Amino acid sequence: MTEERLIISRKTNNKFFLMIAVGVILLIAGIITMAAGGGAEHHAEGHGAAAGGHEAVSWTKRLFMNLWLNNVYFTGISLIGLFFVAVQYVAYAGWSVLIKRIPMALGYFLPIGGILMVLIFLFGSHDIFHWTHEYLYDVNDPRFDPIINGKSGYLNTPFFLIRMVLYFALWIGFFYWLRKQMEGEDLNGGTTYYHKSIRISAMFLVVFGITSSTSAWDWVLSIDTHWFSTMFGWYVFASWFIAGLAAMTLTVIILKENGYLKMVNANHIHDLGKFVFAFSIFWTYIWFSQFMLYWYANIPEEAIYYLDRLGGNNGHYKWIFFTNLIINFAFPFLVLMTRDAKRQMIMLKLVTIAILIGHWLDFYLMMMPGTLRTGAGIGFIEIGTTLTFLGVFLLAFTKGLTKSSLVPVNHPFLEESIHHHV
Amino acid sequence: MNKKFVLGIYDDEDVLLHAIENVRAAGTKIYDVFSPYPVHGIDDVLGIKRSRLPIVAFFGGLTGMSFALWMQIWMLGFDWPMIIGGKPHIALPAFIPVTFELTVLFAAFSMVITFFIVSKLKPSFKVNVFDKRSTDDKFVMAIEVKDGVTDMNALNNLLRTNGAIEVNEKEVVK
Repeated sequence: MTEERLIISRKTNNKFFLMIAVGVILLIAGIITMAAGGGAEHHAEGHGAAAGGHEAVSWTKRLFMNLWLNNVYFTGISLIGLFFVAVQYVAYAGWSVLIKRIPMALGYFLPIGGILMVLIFLFGSHDIFHWTHEYLYDVNDPRFDPIINGKSGYLNTPFFLIRMVLYFALWIGFFYWLRKQMEGEDLNGGTTYYHKSIRISAMFLVVFGITSSTSAWDWVLSIDTHWFSTMFGWYVFASWFIAGLAAMTLTVIILKENGYLKMVNANHIHDLGKFVFAFSIFWTYIWFSQFMLYWYANIPEEAIYYLDRLGGNNGHYKWIFFTNLIINFAFPFLVLMTRDAKRQMIMLKLVTIAILIGHWLDFYLMMMPGTLRTGAGIGFIEIGTTLTFLGVFLLAFTKGLTKSSLVPVNHPFLEESIHHHV
Repeated sequence: MNKKFVLGIYDDEDVLLHAIENVRAAGTKIYDVFSPYPVHGIDDVLGIKRSRLPIVAFFGGLTGMSFALWMQIWMLGFDWPMIIGGKPHIALPAFIPVTFELTVLFAAFSMVITFFIVSKLKPSFKVNVFDKRSTDDKFVMAIEVKDGVTDMNALNNLLRTNGAIEVNEKEVVK
């Protein structure tokens, strides 16, 4: 089998840098307009803010929320790359061998995501997490919160940081361990690397099963500190997974359009399409299971979460709430239903891009109502931060793709993947 | 009415696939091919069109969904309105699980029933086994013989040159 080496031209790299530059400029423009205009707006509205206007939110809070949102989103996609590869190993999957290097390369963002996550938390913890405020735990303070105080055994800054570092240490450790096998296999061949990869993957899946849930509690659920949902780990996992699948499918299509991955044919694309189709439904299933129970039981302390996203906050999030369902469920469900749609790259491209935007909105909807309340919006700061993150993510991802052959030349199931037929 | 068939017996999947291609290229119409297990790519070489069953499934599902929604809205909203858990009479989220179940049920049943009808599968259905070995380890290619039209020698040669280990004739009572 012939190796295929991806070459990222200087031009493409410059595009990524341009993306970052534009993002940063937009971000700065957004901050300046907010710092200047936000104050004026605040004065003009005066006490009207309480009676239906926009709540004034400091630009730092909005900035930190956006950094956090994008970092959680892109770290999740990156982690899903590693998860997908591990699942393929443990399942002894043959079909996916030709495209396996793409999810693997997604993992290159993990170290960056880890460093950023710790930094953002260290500098912006008070802006992101209500529970980090000391006064909540002081019995003599009027702002003492017995509910949050009861959770302090788990939700306290040192333990939170230890967990965060531990998750990343484990994920990055497994990523490089698995990558080492991959490099060894490319160089020396044989099946020993394959068998070792299966054992590493099995171990990682156990770690992932626990850490994906706990990291979802830590990073997303604890924003709404009073609220709890036993399905939340699954919900965040489902959202990450479908976004990750969309990212790798889109990458396969773009690489194919540029003349790479010559042996990948409509059958592989079809299987990826089935994954995207199935897991958009899976996400909807989790979404609905969580929503319906809270809606049906109608207990105030639980229903408040959905009230904040529907009628509450002056209906600020209502359109995102429904857009979220349409873009992440109805659209992929109806468009990808037929066999032909899953085999045609143009349809899949459309759907995967929609899903990537849709699940960014999904995370937006998980984080913003609990922090920025009516002060949230989608403006220069949101677009700027996302563009910057996307640029950094693409730089790391494409660098990872170029590091080894796109075709795993010595993989024992390569032949099976080439003749894959559905 | 009796029908006469020529059976080419093959013992290798790849030989069979090439034989099918060559026989069809020679202008001979293949009645059917019998195999002990599903052979990858055989649909393409036999020129079998894609099944239209998914279309039935889609409309079956649509019917099920409409029926479920209509049933619940009519029962709980109009025929016998009841307040359950302080919710409105027509409380859509509560209807979704039933709607989902009936959509799946109707889609599945419509597919199974359509399949039975199209393939004429009923209790009195008689199966003509052309060659019992096609349930064990051989592949059987059946070609219908039309008296006075089919050149038996040429057909025999065609099958044998394409790797048939045996060529038999069989009459089937329809």
